[in-house]
Amino acid sequence: MLSKRIIACLDVRDGKVVKGVQFEGLRDAGDPAALARRYNVEGIDEIVILDVTATIESRQARAHTIAAVATEIFLPLTVGGGIRNEDDAAAAIEAGADKVSLNTAALTDPGLITRLAKKYGSQAVIVAIDASSGRAGLQSCPGPRYEVFARSGTAAAKRDAVEWAREATDRGAGEILLTSIDRDGTKAGFDCEMTAAVSDAVNIPVIASGGAGTFEHFAEVFGRGHADAALAASIFHFKERSVSELKEFLAQRNIPVRQN
Amino acid sequence: MIALVDYGAGNLTSVRKALAAIGADAWTPSVPGELGRAHGIIVPGVGHFDSTRALTDEWRTAIGTMVNDGIPLLGICVGLQWLFEGSEEAPGVNGSGILAGRCFNLGSSRPQDLETSRPLKVPHVGWNSIALPRRSRLMAGVKDGSQVYFTHSYAAPVTDDAAATTEYGVTFSAAVERDNVSGVQFHPEKSGDVGLKILSNWLAHVV
Repeated sequence: MLSKRIIACLDVRDGKVVKGVQFEGLRDAGDPAALARRYNVEGIDEIVILDVTATIESRQARAHTIAAVATEIFLPLTVGGGIRNEDDAAAAIEAGADKVSLNTAALTDPGLITRLAKKYGSQAVIVAIDASSGRAGLQSCPGPRYEVFARSGTAAAKRDAVEWAREATDRGAGEILLTSIDRDGTKAGFDCEMTAAVSDAVNIPVIASGGAGTFEHFAEVFGRGHADAALAASIFHFKERSVSELKEFLAQRNIPVRQN
Repeated sequence: MIALVDYGAGNLTSVRKALAAIGADAWTPSVPGELGRAHGIIVPGVGHFDSTRALTDEWRTAIGTMVNDGIPLLGICVGLQWLFEGSEEAPGVNGSGILAGRCFNLGSSRPQDLETSRPLKVPHVGWNSIALPRRSRLMAGVKDGSQVYFTHSYAAPVTDDAAATTEYGVTFSAAVERDNVSGVQFHPEKSGDVGLKILSNWLAHVV
């Protein structure tokens, strides 16, 4: 049976992990490759490097980080953040990324999804959607139920997440990474209603993100959230919540997970 | 030396890195004539079966000659599908025909989750388990039920050549092995330690 995937997100700035840097027992605390190594041992299914650097030099720093992780970790590796065009995608993929995640660039230039899917295959193209159910200023019918935001959640895209996910799929996206802006960083649980709405609307995998605080939250999003995968950052950076413990918990709930 | 055949179907970086990690020397031949010095050949591939059109008659002849000489051949993902006669995905494009059978669309049987009855998504993306119907060199030391990473919409039928099978609505060949010809539908270069073990098993028969 196909397993539900647990994905760890490394927020990286200038080659260092910048979110939740309290990993005990890790000598090289800010080193993405060291963190990726630990996750690999714990049984993580996939790794996302989210590059939050915004400088011109960032592409080179990003390539270094990707290569450092990809040389020793043989798991699917996604790179997101600052992938604006074909050159950014090519640099990330040549450095060792298997997939690139497009967010703002996909909204401003939806054709980029198709061009990258043609060049690398749909499996290499993730469209990341940041959306809010609470912040929707456009509640009047037929306004969006789940308002999509661009530019790290600062600019309303005036689109509905379900409708945008459908379009992204039609344009060649291989997966949707759906982040709840309302829940991000709150540890209050994933937005299961929004995740299910998007997951049921498309025939490609949906990765839920934003709000993971407890193991129970993962069980919920795989259950009533219909998520195919769940992504989290800070919950795993604290050593007391290991990936292997999470998988044991989910297996006991009869949720299929990889425990090789 | 391992020849990694680059016919423009996606990106070979991760296969190259995985081969380096297990100590294999690999290069990408630029013309079919260079294949002669290969001790083993890998045909990778992601995406559409139509992309194998780029494997021209010259490539097919060169690969076929090497296979007849006993050189190990490994197809990965679309590379495995290419070992068969063809695929529903691109009916006008012939596979190598080394193995009997045609690849089919996982979605055409409208697969359903057995427990929830919800339709299964196609493409099949993620970690799924493999069953081992017989002993094979490729799967030596790999546990029945091990999980490996898949990403595909089309799959090869289960025939006598199957060395591993996987169930996703239907049962398909996750790995094949016949004499010196092998293939994996999953991505061993992205399947953690199990994947590296399978690649090492293949490499062990490259002399």
